[in-house]
Amino acid sequence: MTDWLTTHKIPLGPVLATAIEWLTDHGQAFFDFIAIALSALVDGLTDLLLWIPALILVAAFAIGAYALHRSIGLVAFIVLSLLLVINLGYWEATMQTLSLVIWATATCIVIGVPVGIAAAHRPWLYQAIRPVLDLMQTIPTFVYLIPTLVLFGLGTVPGVISTVIFALPAPIRLTQLGISTVPEALREAALAYGATKRQLLFKVELPHAMPTILAGVTQCIMLSLSMVVIAALVGADGLGKPVVRALNSVNISMGFEAGIAIVILAIILDRVCKRPERRAKRRSA
Amino acid sequence: MTVIAEPGVAAAVPASKPSRADNAVELRDLAIIFGRTKEALALADQGANRDEIRDRTGAILGAYKVDLDIRNGEICVLMGLSGSGKSTVLRAVNGLNTTARGEVMVCHEGALVDVATCGAKTLRDIRLKTVSMVFQQFGLLPWRSVRDNVGFGLEIRGMGAAERRAIVDEKLEMVGLSNWADKQVQELSGGMQQRVGLARAFATDADILLMDEPFSALDPLIRDKLQDDLLALQEKLHKTIIFVSHDLSEALKIGNRIAIMEGGRVVQFGAPADIMLRPADAYVAEFVKRMNPLDVLCADAVMTPTAKLSREAGAVMMDGDGGAVALTLCSEGKPLTLMINGQVRTIGAVDVSGAVTRKGDVVVAPAELPLKTAIDVRRQSNYPIALVDQLGRLAGLCDHEDIYRGLLR
Ligand SMILES: Nc1ncnc2c1ncn2[C@@H]1O[C@H](COP(=O)(O)OP(=O)(O)OP(=O)(O)O)[C@@H](O)[C@H]1O
Ligand SMILES: [Mg+2]
Repeated sequence: MTDWLTTHKIPLGPVLATAIEWLTDHGQAFFDFIAIALSALVDGLTDLLLWIPALILVAAFAIGAYALHRSIGLVAFIVLSLLLVINLGYWEATMQTLSLVIWATATCIVIGVPVGIAAAHRPWLYQAIRPVLDLMQTIPTFVYLIPTLVLFGLGTVPGVISTVIFALPAPIRLTQLGISTVPEALREAALAYGATKRQLLFKVELPHAMPTILAGVTQCIMLSLSMVVIAALVGADGLGKPVVRALNSVNISMGFEAGIAIVILAIILDRVCKRPERRAKRRSA
Repeated sequence: MTVIAEPGVAAAVPASKPSRADNAVELRDLAIIFGRTKEALALADQGANRDEIRDRTGAILGAYKVDLDIRNGEICVLMGLSGSGKSTVLRAVNGLNTTARGEVMVCHEGALVDVATCGAKTLRDIRLKTVSMVFQQFGLLPWRSVRDNVGFGLEIRGMGAAERRAIVDEKLEMVGLSNWADKQVQELSGGMQQRVGLARAFATDADILLMDEPFSALDPLIRDKLQDDLLALQEKLHKTIIFVSHDLSEALKIGNRIAIMEGGRVVQFGAPADIMLRPADAYVAEFVKRMNPLDVLCADAVMTPTAKLSREAGAVMMDGDGGAVALTLCSEGKPLTLMINGQVRTIGAVDVSGAVTRKGDVVVAPAELPLKTAIDVRRQSNYPIALVDQLGRLAGLCDHEDIYRGLLR
């Protein structure tokens, strides 16, 4: 019985592989374009961040954080931890990772927020994309790392794409949540005063959902950071590379140093992004 | 307060139908159904009630055969128990509920427009300019300041910030919140938030205001205050207000006319005194039973009208058949001279609050003298009160007898 089952293997894997092959054959120009554009964006930002003298950039980060949060503690942490990163010699890799995270997050927002809005307005659409979102978050990263590698070649781009696939569900889900939990009373108040669909979206739904959407963005950043090591496996520059190298050469000290730099970047991004959300919550509480 | 026709004559339907030009809103044979419209309407036409319709089709009869004329400048209160369809009817006026049948005519830019069929563009225009709304839970946007909330309707209309600001500040002044303009709405108490809601509704300068239990979420003292404020504003602004309430005392206090609803239908539509003195059915009577008639009735609702008074040689006999107190009227019907036991005496007067404006043996008072005041005035005089209408003509007499009868109904 089982013999019969195994001899008639359903060609699931081969079918998918053929599909990818077909894509490479027929969509090469399209994928090349994306690859070139994305790598230009990421590399451009990296170059810019590295062109600015490190100490000036640290100062700029500190000032920006202070303007946003008025917190001396946060500023002190940012300055000291970034100085540590420079001291350890991971400044360049940190900026590469930052650039990758920024572009991955930007892509997620540009795609995720509109999709989340559309899904909130059309329950059938949300029903339809939910399994896809679940799949994107649960399927092991390495599985789609291979086709992205085939489609986009080695380097930063497949890293960004894989990161986007992994992090995209967060902003979609949270945007959908934020928009669909707008109280019916507020929606009706706007309609009663003659609001159009567009005005309803921009004057009621988005402002109401903003804290939730920002939470989605923060989550997206964290998920992107958690992908740096995997992105390094397909050749993306950044803090993942020393980790991978340390793994290959069993270099404990290098592994720890790069790991600490990742954690520092994560904490800074988290604190900087999360606070406005909490402030907005307190205001509306 | 609407002048009531002679007691006993005025019924639920106004005696003479006002001309269409007087009406701000006309509901004609309005039916609203949530669910399978066709089957439910057919059942309702066969006389099925709401429960039967729900059991057989699953649809809910929101409103059925609602006919209301709401005049320009009046406050019309929709009253009824929870679920009786008040909000459903109210929300039909600005198209938030779609109608299953009938017309919802709204006076928009000088012409009556049917909200149900006018199309999205006109409907939006009506919402922008003609009809605004106040909500039970205020419906304010919590992330906006008080000022930006009040200006919301104008902003939707596309008005610039500077122009908006002048109007908004004026409305804030009107509701007494000028000092709170830059606060977040969450920082305000419930009563203040509803004032913001009122200011927002007034800001668009709409002629018709829809108010869905605007004061129900407030505690009684604040509610009372806001009712008074609303009446004071209405005195100045003369809007047409459709006001939903489940509280008869509120309805009687602020309504020029009251429509009592049950199960999606209007069971009685009339002035407060009508409802109090002549409830149309047991349902209305049940409401009225708990009300204090002293708070609602005016002397003219209980008086003996001039036509029924006994006369002798043209003079009205104020002591019935005693014949000792005679009030002669001029040709127009105004009180002229007073004779007591053959001697001429002075005629006194009080104003509508009961304050004496002229001393005399018999008191002349406006017909809309509140019953409470009438009792006081009658106690301090030896004779019945002579009530006169707005033109000064004798409308009737109000004696102890009349007052008791009115109180006991
Ligand atoms: N959108 C809707 N969908 C389905 N049923 C509805 C809807 N809106 C109202 N109903 C039903 O219509 C009936 C009348 O509701 P409505 O809100 O008009 O009552 P109401 O008189 O305003 O009562 P309340 O004092 O509780 O506000 C109720 O049975 C309600 O369940
Ligand atoms: Mg209601």
